[in-house]
Amino acid sequence: MRDTFVRTLIGLAKENPNIEVITGDLGFGVLKPYFEQLPNQFTNAGIAEQNMTSVAAGMALQGKIVFTYSIGNFPTLRCLEQIRNDCAYHKANVKIVCVGGGFVYGSLGMSHQATEDIAIMRALPDVAVFCPGDLTEAEKITKAIVDYPGTCYLRLGRGGEKRIHEKIEDFQVGRAIRVKDGEKVAIFSTGAIFEEVEIACEKLKESGINPTVYTFPTVKPLDEETILKCASSHDLIVTCEEHNVVGGFGGAVAEVMAENPARAKLMRIGMNDQYCVKVGNQKYLRNEYGMSGEKIAERILERIK
Amino acid sequence: MHNDSKSEQLAWLIRRHGVEMTHLSGGSHIGAILSVADIVAVLYADILNVDCNNPEMEDRDRFILSKGHAGASIYAALAETGFFPVEELKTHYQNGSRLSGHVSHHLPGVDFSTGSLGHGLSAGARMTYAAKKDHEKYKVYVVLGDGECDEGSVWEAALFANQYRLSNLTAIVDHNMMQSLDFCEKTIELGDFAGKWSSFGWNVLEINGNDHDELRKAFATKFDNGKPTVIIADTVKGCGIPFMENDILWHYRFPHDGWEYDQAVTLLHKIKPEGVADPYTPDGIANPTPVPEGADIYNDHTTTATWHPAWMQEG
Repeated sequence: MRDTFVRTLIGLAKENPNIEVITGDLGFGVLKPYFEQLPNQFTNAGIAEQNMTSVAAGMALQGKIVFTYSIGNFPTLRCLEQIRNDCAYHKANVKIVCVGGGFVYGSLGMSHQATEDIAIMRALPDVAVFCPGDLTEAEKITKAIVDYPGTCYLRLGRGGEKRIHEKIEDFQVGRAIRVKDGEKVAIFSTGAIFEEVEIACEKLKESGINPTVYTFPTVKPLDEETILKCASSHDLIVTCEEHNVVGGFGGAVAEVMAENPARAKLMRIGMNDQYCVKVGNQKYLRNEYGMSGEKIAERILERIK
Repeated sequence: MHNDSKSEQLAWLIRRHGVEMTHLSGGSHIGAILSVADIVAVLYADILNVDCNNPEMEDRDRFILSKGHAGASIYAALAETGFFPVEELKTHYQNGSRLSGHVSHHLPGVDFSTGSLGHGLSAGARMTYAAKKDHEKYKVYVVLGDGECDEGSVWEAALFANQYRLSNLTAIVDHNMMQSLDFCEKTIELGDFAGKWSSFGWNVLEINGNDHDELRKAFATKFDNGKPTVIIADTVKGCGIPFMENDILWHYRFPHDGWEYDQAVTLLHKIKPEGVADPYTPDGIANPTPVPEGADIYNDHTTTATWHPAWMQEG
């Protein structure tokens, strides 16, 4: 996914000399094609994310479209007030890119798990939040945020996520993407956990359950219309995210549903308000924390039986 | 040089474990593990007052590896000094292991988890401050990276430690001159590094950080001005395995099956101190795979090798 992002960005930056990338001393190999082809639109700010973010705000206020690049929590939580005060409040055209949403850096440990970033970025006014679920979404969103005014947060997976959507007709910021129609249960997913939702759907099919599935590449602004439509036509809405259930995507959907009571109940799948203490790869951690395809299916079946 | 001293033996074992652990797990940061190995070995062999039978001992010295990505060096040192079985090192990175890539406190002998740079010196300063208030005598040691010193929080901690005269705090900078994408001086210039620490009020020692006698001498140096001390330990990233030395590739790459692993082990055996046994390949590797023609070895992988912005040429 990060390679799709870089490839797409290279194309965009060649067209638009105002696009800049600043890295917090990360992206070995990954950013190489970018800085070799666009040497004048690249900066390494060193291991200093707070400075990187405020520098980006300053450049953006001089007319640049600045992508800050780092991994895990470093481009977000490590420099949160710089995002809030310097970027968002000034409506600066800064696009914050995190490689490694969720458990991407599995075995590296808790410091590298980004499991609260959606909630925290979502809570900031004038920050749009994007979590692509596959390579197609990543490409569409990268293009969209260049044109989207103000501060954006782009949360990427890392490597071999699949291309799940063949193509996306009429991609729009703030619109969920319908993957399939079903009945009774609607699964909403954001980010790379989408691949586990696909597995869950296969498992559910074996039990005769045919859920509706939407991906939400935009968490903010949120597609309330789709949520309300599904909430009135299904019994259960299930949100899936590789992230804490508190305040994240599931929290955002809960806010909408709580204020607009309808037929559906809600179940949020994600980290249950805990840090990732266990060690292992992304697949292993998803399973341990209850969000592998199998676990998602199990929890849904348990809930509706 | 006491080539068979306890610390030399431990340093070699840290290197050997580091190669094995990253080899088995596909883990990163072998370059940093090798650069910091001597600092960690001297601390655990000769300096730290810690007890593997009582890891929570109240008056133990506190140690923080702020550059948490070299965590394998600490795991190896702890295992070799009896905090947990050496056998467990092989689980590094594996599903269900306790040994995450970055240092975790969910392990006996580790006081503080790290992994995000620029936290350790502040935490160490606070531990020292608490000890001072409680009239505790223990000492606090924090190992930092030089690239880590880009982080402003390092300098906030430095100001704090001077202000509160935290003389029981020792920072050791593993000054291997490289960070994540390039040499430090080509990323964010540290310039007069010793002068910076000195102007922040610290006692400064500059030594060869891969030399155990110099390390021991530095740790033994006493200052009576009540100030914290920093040891700027010049090291070589990848130290001990020549083809990894000063090559940023080995911040990420792990020794793969074939010539990389075979040559790494063989080169380590050439510098093996007396009286130490290799737990994995006791007699070395019989017929090590030679470096093939065209191997990516001794090449420049830094960013500035191929990043040539106009402003840099204009000066």
